[in-house]
Amino acid sequence: MNWLTNFIRPKIRSFVEQKEMPDNLWQKCTSCEGMLFHRDIKEHDNVCYHCGFHMKVAVDERLKMMFDDGQYEEVTLPKVSHDPLKFKDRKRYADRIKESRAKTGREDAIIVARGTMGSLPVVIAAFDFSFMGGSMGAAVGEGIVAAAKTAVHDGAALIVIPASGGARMQEGMLSLIQMPRSIIAVEQVKEAGLPYVVLLTDPTTGGVSASFAMVGDIHIAEPGCTIGFAGKRVIQETIREDLPEGFQTAEYLMAHGMVDMVVPRKELRATLIRIFDLLFCQSKDVDTGDGQGTKATTARVKKSGKKEKRASSASGKKSSHIVKLEGGVKIEKPVNTNKPSPKGKTKKAG
Amino acid sequence: MSKLEFEKPILELEAKIAELRNVSGEDKLNIAEEINRMQSKIERLLTQTYNKLTPQQKVLVARHQERPHFVDYMSGFIEDFTPLAGDRHFAEDNALLGGLGRFRGRSCVIMGHEKGNDTESRIKHNFGMARPEGYRKAQRLMHMAEKFNLPVITLIDTAGAYPGVGAEERGQAEAIARSMQVCLRIEVPIISVIIGEGGSGGAIAIGVADRVYMLENSIYSVISPEGCASILWRSASHADDAAAALKMTAQDLYQLKLIDGIIPEPLGGAHRAKDKTIENVAIQIEKALNDITPWDGKKLKQARHEKFLKMG
Repeated sequence: MNWLTNFIRPKIRSFVEQKEMPDNLWQKCTSCEGMLFHRDIKEHDNVCYHCGFHMKVAVDERLKMMFDDGQYEEVTLPKVSHDPLKFKDRKRYADRIKESRAKTGREDAIIVARGTMGSLPVVIAAFDFSFMGGSMGAAVGEGIVAAAKTAVHDGAALIVIPASGGARMQEGMLSLIQMPRSIIAVEQVKEAGLPYVVLLTDPTTGGVSASFAMVGDIHIAEPGCTIGFAGKRVIQETIREDLPEGFQTAEYLMAHGMVDMVVPRKELRATLIRIFDLLFCQSKDVDTGDGQGTKATTARVKKSGKKEKRASSASGKKSSHIVKLEGGVKIEKPVNTNKPSPKGKTKKAG
Repeated sequence: MSKLEFEKPILELEAKIAELRNVSGEDKLNIAEEINRMQSKIERLLTQTYNKLTPQQKVLVARHQERPHFVDYMSGFIEDFTPLAGDRHFAEDNALLGGLGRFRGRSCVIMGHEKGNDTESRIKHNFGMARPEGYRKAQRLMHMAEKFNLPVITLIDTAGAYPGVGAEERGQAEAIARSMQVCLRIEVPIISVIIGEGGSGGAIAIGVADRVYMLENSIYSVISPEGCASILWRSASHADDAAAALKMTAQDLYQLKLIDGIIPEPLGGAHRAKDKTIENVAIQIEKALNDITPWDGKKLKQARHEKFLKMG
């Protein structure tokens, strides 16, 4: 408030006051510094359309990108004790958490969501890098445990999408202990014979890379993302030499046998759907030679209803989606509605 | 750093005693009395100092070069120790040793980090910082233990996994992750003792066990206090603040229910009485093995999973 706003009559106020202009219509690519228009960025899933650099994606955008029709249901995560050590550096950890919660509107650095991809049931645990660098403490560990449990319950594939600098040191040993805990969680998915895919995004380092992120059935990485155990600076200080070209990038990891494939963002969904289709629907229209053949028999999960056109996400599909498990458990899930389910709050996306 | 700053008065007294012992003949009786007096003063000082070590002082004790190391424990309580080398993929890693041996009558697989005790051996053992090959050898040995139904004992003493280009190239992260996975999968008992430094991923890689113990003056942490201080306080000089905040001492971690017990060290720390320390560790391991034996592999594994799931 100043004298101007106080004394100008309402009618002429509109002339005096500045119109609100969004200041983020354009942004620079962090790699090639090319100018990018906000609508075009969105259309290209945050990939620079000049140089192909993959910028970070907000976690809810990421989930929309992955699931059929951009629809998913967020799984409510169990509460854990925050700040068990009453940690304080120059700032209290409790305050850092509060700030991050206010900034992101999330409880912690992980979201667990369930939905379908190519009509097949999928649970995704995605890290939110904007929440304290996606660092893994008890809450994140608990999120991975919950994601694995949900996947086993749903007979779904599990995708974990790390974007994390590593363990959250403000939780001390409690964060280190999340490494074996997260491995126990994904072991349960493997024991149930369900696919466990890790989608490595920028960055996947430290305690996160040295735990659940490196024991997937399939490792997919986004182009150019940083993956590694020790930080570059630490390595440089230890060996006192320059690091090789492209050190700790997705491509480097693939060349050294740690990653199955490096997939551009726009092909991720189609690639994942193809993999799940191959793993879940183990025989389709097989000519058995006796003239009868088999039709779309499946190994673990039976799809009902018409097969969705794969990778075409935008078509409005209304039919209810039923997943039938081998053990006879049925989970009926409306695909295109947003009714809250007793298990968790439903999030409308898109 | 074989001398600890806070032990200075004690070390001075010890030096004086040594000096007095060298004095020849005449006043022998008087000297003996003097030595006795000083000895009891040393004991008093040690009790005082060691009863209220700060976390950062504990870090220094845990890293003390004269603390018993893996090889000392092997000659101390393992009969017929038979080291086995190599990960069968790339190389042998001397930072993480392991093999077969007999512990108080039982055959077992035993492994641990070795830091070395002089310049030459420290370089040979890479200061106890293992590369992927070390963790892959650990996996191989654990699988072998399972095949022959032998218990596994791991002794942890490392500043962390080695940060180097080659280590990254050959999948340090994957090697550590798999090592934990194998710890969680094997259907034989696994007992871990942190005997000095438990440095982050490189330590927990062989520390996911049915029973985890720490020596009284050992530490176990997600990051070194110096590393934590340089990130959060922007200066490594705040290492003592970081050491306190991280709750990395055996006493803190026992209180947080992250370890199963604390093994006492003789007065003045493990570096003052190696044999007694080694004996104390052996007693605890034997107790734990007796407690677990006979085992049902499946139940044991299940209980191990539940134990870690309950933490945090």
